[in-house]
Amino acid sequence: MDLCDTPEEAEFRARLREWLHEVLPGLPPKPDPADWPGRRAYDLGWQRTLYDAGYADVHRNASPALRMIFLEESEKAGAPYVGANFVGLLHAGPTIAAEGTDAQRARWLPPILRGEEVWCQGFSEPDAGSDLAALRTRARRDGDDYVVTGGKIWTSHAEVADWCELLVRTDPDAPRHHGITWLAMPMDAEGVTVRPLRTLAGSAEFAEVFLDEVRVPAANRVGAENDGWRVTMVTLSFERGTAFVGEVVACRRTLRQLACGARENGRWDDPALRRRLGRLDAEFRALWRLTQWNVSAAMAGGGVPGVGGSVFKLRYSAARQELYDTAADVLGPDALDLDRPWVLDRLSSLSYTIAAGTSQIQRNIVAERMLGLPKGR
Amino acid sequence: MRFQLSEDQRALKMGVRRLLERRFPREALRAAVDAPGRIDRELWRALGEAGFFALTLPEAEGGVGLGRPEAVLAFEEAGRALLPGPLVATHLAAGAVPGAAAGETVVAAVGGALVEWLDAADVVRGDTSGAVPLRSVDPLTPLHRVPRPAAADPLAVLLTAAEQLGGAVRLSELAVQHARTRQQFGRPIGAFQAVQHLCADLLVRAETARAAVYAAAVTGDPGDIAAARLLADEAAVRGARDCLQVHGGMGFTWEADVHLHLKRAWVRAQRNGSVTDSEELLAAGLVS
Ligand SMILES: Cc1cc2nc3c(=O)[nH]c(=O)nc-3n(C[C@H](O)[C@H](O)[C@H](O)COP(=O)(O)OP(=O)(O)OC[C@H]3O[C@@H](n4cnc5c(N)ncnc54)[C@H](O)[C@@H]3O)c2cc1C
Repeated sequence: MDLCDTPEEAEFRARLREWLHEVLPGLPPKPDPADWPGRRAYDLGWQRTLYDAGYADVHRNASPALRMIFLEESEKAGAPYVGANFVGLLHAGPTIAAEGTDAQRARWLPPILRGEEVWCQGFSEPDAGSDLAALRTRARRDGDDYVVTGGKIWTSHAEVADWCELLVRTDPDAPRHHGITWLAMPMDAEGVTVRPLRTLAGSAEFAEVFLDEVRVPAANRVGAENDGWRVTMVTLSFERGTAFVGEVVACRRTLRQLACGARENGRWDDPALRRRLGRLDAEFRALWRLTQWNVSAAMAGGGVPGVGGSVFKLRYSAARQELYDTAADVLGPDALDLDRPWVLDRLSSLSYTIAAGTSQIQRNIVAERMLGLPKGR
Repeated sequence: MRFQLSEDQRALKMGVRRLLERRFPREALRAAVDAPGRIDRELWRALGEAGFFALTLPEAEGGVGLGRPEAVLAFEEAGRALLPGPLVATHLAAGAVPGAAAGETVVAAVGGALVEWLDAADVVRGDTSGAVPLRSVDPLTPLHRVPRPAAADPLAVLLTAAEQLGGAVRLSELAVQHARTRQQFGRPIGAFQAVQHLCADLLVRAETARAAVYAAAVTGDPGDIAAARLLADEAAVRGARDCLQVHGGMGFTWEADVHLHLKRAWVRAQRNGSVTDSEELLAAGLVS
């Protein structure tokens, strides 16, 4: 049991830290959250910078420990978050790498890594959220194409995406989990309509996607026809495994800023608030250690982080909400002013116990898959 | 970074578990409840022989020469077994108090405003003048209150957190066992989601505490130790409550072990000062 870097890890960390230190000051200013083309350009530009410096592949090819170091150092230095590249880098890309053909890897991975193409995730449907296997978007085979009709919802970054990892039902008569197929759909195909949805934070982070007789080449199918559920589980293990790790470091930075803010405005004198801040510090320290524990376990087991990801996700999503509720306590009446820092973050933190599997679903997973309790009712 | 137990550490942990299963089975636990206030000297010496108290004492001083992480693993097992006695105080006295390392001398100490096992111990460290006996809520831990509380030793805080972790892990096992076997409405109660979620939360709190406690054992950092303490106290105390809930009426009986875990978790949460101290320490670190 140790928490020290190996020589290789230490070398990587030092090199990365120095590079970030050099390159971050020259970065263009962050675009306005409502400026979608601007955000796309900004996020892709950062990915290109990473690519040119040899760091683009770290999410996919490096050992989990190097990936953690990458996320830790990036967050500590205040480097941009993956943003619009989230799906491509963190789950569609890894899924294609693991399950795709050579031709598919050659077609889709380089543009993701070079910061040329943005992906989105078309899994959820209006009647299939937590119950993903209830999805109804249909695809029928017609020559070399699938013809897709249906609709997706809550599709993050759909407005600026080039590709969509899309789940469709290819065999309506098969048992729920068996008739599903995983497709890569071009977002500019005829019959795709994107309608932005306004979030409670006022922004349009996600969208509804309508699919009307959209032709998707059968060559875009990843995995076998009707084997999409298995491929989806690969995607979800990446999504829950490591996707939120860097954010823990960012939360610890925010917590320090909060404490300093409280000292400036006098709230610090309230022992109840200090105790809350202290407890949050314990929580985020523990979450970071839990990640290190899970990653070490995955490395020892030779694979992706397993259901331990659900333990982390449950605890992290709640802690993040508590962090921004505490921020509101520090701000007092200013917590109602959208122009104050932390107020938008507080609103967006509300999605964490819902997106990527709700907390209730994570508890079901822990109970059934980790504790072996009987299938729930 | 290899933040997993090594082969040796795993073996040590399992060795302590087996020793305790053999020397302190459930009948011994219940016998101790029925005859409170007595330390089982034979068991104490067996622990001494196995190196439990001398784990971190250098080999040159007759100890085992292992580190904090190993001590934490051993104390986790002690917590899991609900082993009574001033274990932390005796462990910390090894090398300083003759006979402590070998388990010949039972050593108690002032920790925060309390002393556990004052009357039964051979040696008591700290200022116990004016100590007043309490009618202890925990049938397995006699308590005295002292007018002049002692400052907390970080190592004592860490080892106590390890005991809390072990208790939390055990409570999670007890809850799951009961949920699998107890039937209502024609099925095991573990098939009901409300029960599943209680069990899931038990595990999540215990596993989060584990990461914090092990990390604190590795780094020895005062902030990490304070964090470990907060997480482990929460895992043990709330875990005991949830486990009791899963047990239903059975959980409210003297017969079930759940209350023994809960009461001990309360005692440990008061040992070495209150959680407030740990929260304040961490808060101060945020602005330093
Ligand atoms: C900000 C944000 C971004 C998102 N981005 C994407 C995206 O890019 N692509 C995508 O495909 N999806 C995305 N989602 C969708 C997300 O995965 C779903 O919202 C989520 O899985 C929940 O599904 P639902 O919204 O249909 O809620 P429901 O499934 O209707 O759940 C409603 C409530 O019922 C509870 N519930 C449901 N089933 C059970 C059960 N079996 N046991 C106990 N409780 C249950 C839930 O926990 C919840 O509290 C996003 C969501 C958000 C909020």
